[in-house]
Amino acid sequence: MDYAAILALQICSAVASLVLISLGLAVIFGMMRVINLAHGEFLMLGGYAAITAYNNGVNLWLAMLIVAPLTVGLFGIVVERLIIRHLYGRLIDTMLATWGLSLAMIGFVTVVFGNTVSGISAPLGSLTIGAYRTGAYEVFLVLVAAVLLVAGWAVLRFTRLGLIARGTMQNAAMAAALGVSPSLVYAVTFGVGAALSGLVGGLLAPLSGVVPTIGAAYIAKAFITVISGGAAILSGTAIASGLLGTINTAMTFAFTPVLGEVALLAAAVILLRILPQGITGRFFQRSL
Amino acid sequence: MTAPILQTRGLTMRFGGVIAVNGVDFSLQEAELRCLIGPNGAGKSTFFKCLTGQLRPSHGDVLFRGHSIAGSQSHAIARHGVGIKTQVPSVFDGLSVRENVWLAAARVNPGRLADTMTDAALQRVGIGAIAGRMVGQLAHGQRQLVELAMVVAPEPDLILLDEPAAGMTDDEVDRLVDLIKELNKRHALVVVEHDMQFIRRVARTVTVFHQGAILVEGDVADILVDARVRDVYLGRQAA
Amino acid sequence: MSRLLPVLGNIAVLVAGLAALFGLPAFAETYVIINATIFASFAILALSLALIWGYAGILCFGQAAFFGLGGYTYAVAAINFGDTTGAAALAVALPALFAALLGYFMFWGRISDVYLGVITLTVSLILYRFVNQTAGEQWNIGEAPLGGFNGIPSTPILNWPGRPGEQLAPENIFSLAAGLLILVYFGCKALLATRFGRVVVAIRENEARVALLGYDTRRYKLAIFVVGGAVAGLSGLMFANSVFVSPTMFSLPVSGQIIIWVIIGGLGTLIGPVIGCILMQVLTNWLGTLNQVPGFGWVDPNLVLGVILMVFVLLVPKGLMALAADAVRWVVRNLPFPRRGKVPEGRKGDVRSASATGSHLESVHTSPFRRFAPPSPSGGRKSSA
Repeated sequence: MDYAAILALQICSAVASLVLISLGLAVIFGMMRVINLAHGEFLMLGGYAAITAYNNGVNLWLAMLIVAPLTVGLFGIVVERLIIRHLYGRLIDTMLATWGLSLAMIGFVTVVFGNTVSGISAPLGSLTIGAYRTGAYEVFLVLVAAVLLVAGWAVLRFTRLGLIARGTMQNAAMAAALGVSPSLVYAVTFGVGAALSGLVGGLLAPLSGVVPTIGAAYIAKAFITVISGGAAILSGTAIASGLLGTINTAMTFAFTPVLGEVALLAAAVILLRILPQGITGRFFQRSL
Repeated sequence: MTAPILQTRGLTMRFGGVIAVNGVDFSLQEAELRCLIGPNGAGKSTFFKCLTGQLRPSHGDVLFRGHSIAGSQSHAIARHGVGIKTQVPSVFDGLSVRENVWLAAARVNPGRLADTMTDAALQRVGIGAIAGRMVGQLAHGQRQLVELAMVVAPEPDLILLDEPAAGMTDDEVDRLVDLIKELNKRHALVVVEHDMQFIRRVARTVTVFHQGAILVEGDVADILVDARVRDVYLGRQAA
Repeated sequence: MSRLLPVLGNIAVLVAGLAALFGLPAFAETYVIINATIFASFAILALSLALIWGYAGILCFGQAAFFGLGGYTYAVAAINFGDTTGAAALAVALPALFAALLGYFMFWGRISDVYLGVITLTVSLILYRFVNQTAGEQWNIGEAPLGGFNGIPSTPILNWPGRPGEQLAPENIFSLAAGLLILVYFGCKALLATRFGRVVVAIRENEARVALLGYDTRRYKLAIFVVGGAVAGLSGLMFANSVFVSPTMFSLPVSGQIIIWVIIGGLGTLIGPVIGCILMQVLTNWLGTLNQVPGFGWVDPNLVLGVILMVFVLLVPKGLMALAADAVRWVVRNLPFPRRGKVPEGRKGDVRSASATGSHLESVHTSPFRRFAPPSPSGGRKSSA
């Protein structure tokens, strides 16, 4: 019974971690059809922002929840103005340019902070379930993932901003014809996506520590989750995370963590072979 | 009556809630020339895409000389002997005119014979003079002619032309009319066109599409004075 | 003249290649030769992507997978066989086979552009993760330990065919790599000139039209993808002979580097990516040493590479070869007229009379004007006096 509970918690945790690392990328991909290959480095930057703020005396929660998303969000807007806007409609070029950005960010952060792991200890202590112990902070992250999904849904469903966003997702040209400046929408979208990545990067810093090259650990999984999910930002990310996270955890428990990862990647490849447009490209087309 | 070269039975193409082609029964005899007209959005281009395998029909069947080709891949249908000129010229912008046509000829004949067929097609369509130019730099009408030469080169049994006269100069249109008549001596053709002048010059039998279905079919002289056809084109709802 | 240029280009490439092939081993020191061997094997790798991305339009983010597979296949087979000849053949065959499987999966599934990039990237990541954790006895293949993170430092050097134990000297390995580079380069050229090659290029231009002409585009894409996989495997083999195999061969930075070489050199050319590859390797090596010099600690290779990639995508998307061609054209056009601002008014009218379009300013630069000017620079000045 305890074992089942801990397994369920592990699955929730794996799913939540996929949701978290993918959400920022999903917002940008869903709204703009732009693949941001510097996404992993946005997460990395969020982690560094949080840790630097914390080391300079800022409260840990403030550093993770406010400083990290603000820093990366602003950085995202700058990137959009300087690079992305020149490449709209050129999907491959955008991938290449953001990939150049990712390399440059790794290089820059290495120069500034050095190629060493920095970390902070996870808050909230630990949680005991029968004979097993787990970090309470991991449970907290599951809640954060759920809250972000629900909040995202509420924003898209009930606010004017959400309406514009949904319009742009469905048909960017039409939304522009209705007087919504696509340029502004894209800048805001990229900023929001980057801010979400920064938030998550900050939140994950206590668990994984930060190192300039940590983005590479995230980007593939995030990338795969978003592409598998398809164009619908929230439901796509949630469904794909659920599926891939479960497979990953099951294989990890049954065999080894590495085989868990290999199974995750393999599952995604097979999924894309069956559904080339992602899950929400075929099913739930009208979802958010 | 001999067996038709092309026949569709209840051909239907649905996009979500929109029915672009709705239960079309169409039949074309060997070496027949048929014109397809109808207002924008009547489903003519979608109909062509179902015939050439660019779209997989939702329902119904397409028979080419009695073989079902509905849902086959584009290349397989082309190998049966179906050539199409698409609405927006579909050509290779980065290659020369000659290379474009050569690719079409080389599919059916290797080596020297492909070169000969390429020259013949270039002459037939009258673009021998621009054979060395890059297609990307040509005017719209010339691109249409290049695509036409690509369709003609492998001598397909059935030729589908989607708005071939669009963007052409008067001289080019004259040449096109002659070409269509000459092609029709040996090949079956279906021509989609909006230009009624053009239709008058080439057509014998005309099929009118409206809202994804065949509205009326008949001799060109009758069709062009038909009240329902006129209503459809002027935007009034047909009775 | 326009027909002569490609021939001259081919001759120039051949001469440069042969000069390197025979000149370098005679003069250079061993470490230079080994470095040059690495360059040559990377240049072969660059050609593999230049072929499938530049000509077939297939952007493979995981070309490193075939590179690594080629290297590991060679190392494992050579350790087990004793003789390296069969191992070398396997090092080309196995990546080709793997490319065939992967390609079948992707092209028959009609997976397009971006998704193709994701899948190839994912596959190379799977291999990277997998090979990285193969430390320990249970991962021995026959007598060859896969070695996990450390790779296989005992990767055997090629021996003369049929004479196990008689290893090739570094100069021979270099000659082989450079020879193969020349062979692959002209092999790709020849392949692209065939009917098959032309259909492949046409698919890049407009896949739907190629299908409507009756070609099964999937087969052509699969075939060229397999060729690309085999060539990448070959480069892995040569790399294994100049360094040794390790999981890095599969890594994202390697896949990325290949893309950078191709985009810097120029998509749609073969010589461009080779030059791009060599330039970037020289630059990376130099940055690596510069990094150690006091005061230049801020020069990080990743930072420089990243900025170069962004600059090229944004400002020089056609790459160095196109830039060089434009520059040559500009120089040819402008050399005889160092003071082109003082061109007589009457002449402008003459030039333009041939064509009604374009501005007068433009006309000064266009070729018909050359008829009026003697070829030498001094003559050019005289005509404007």
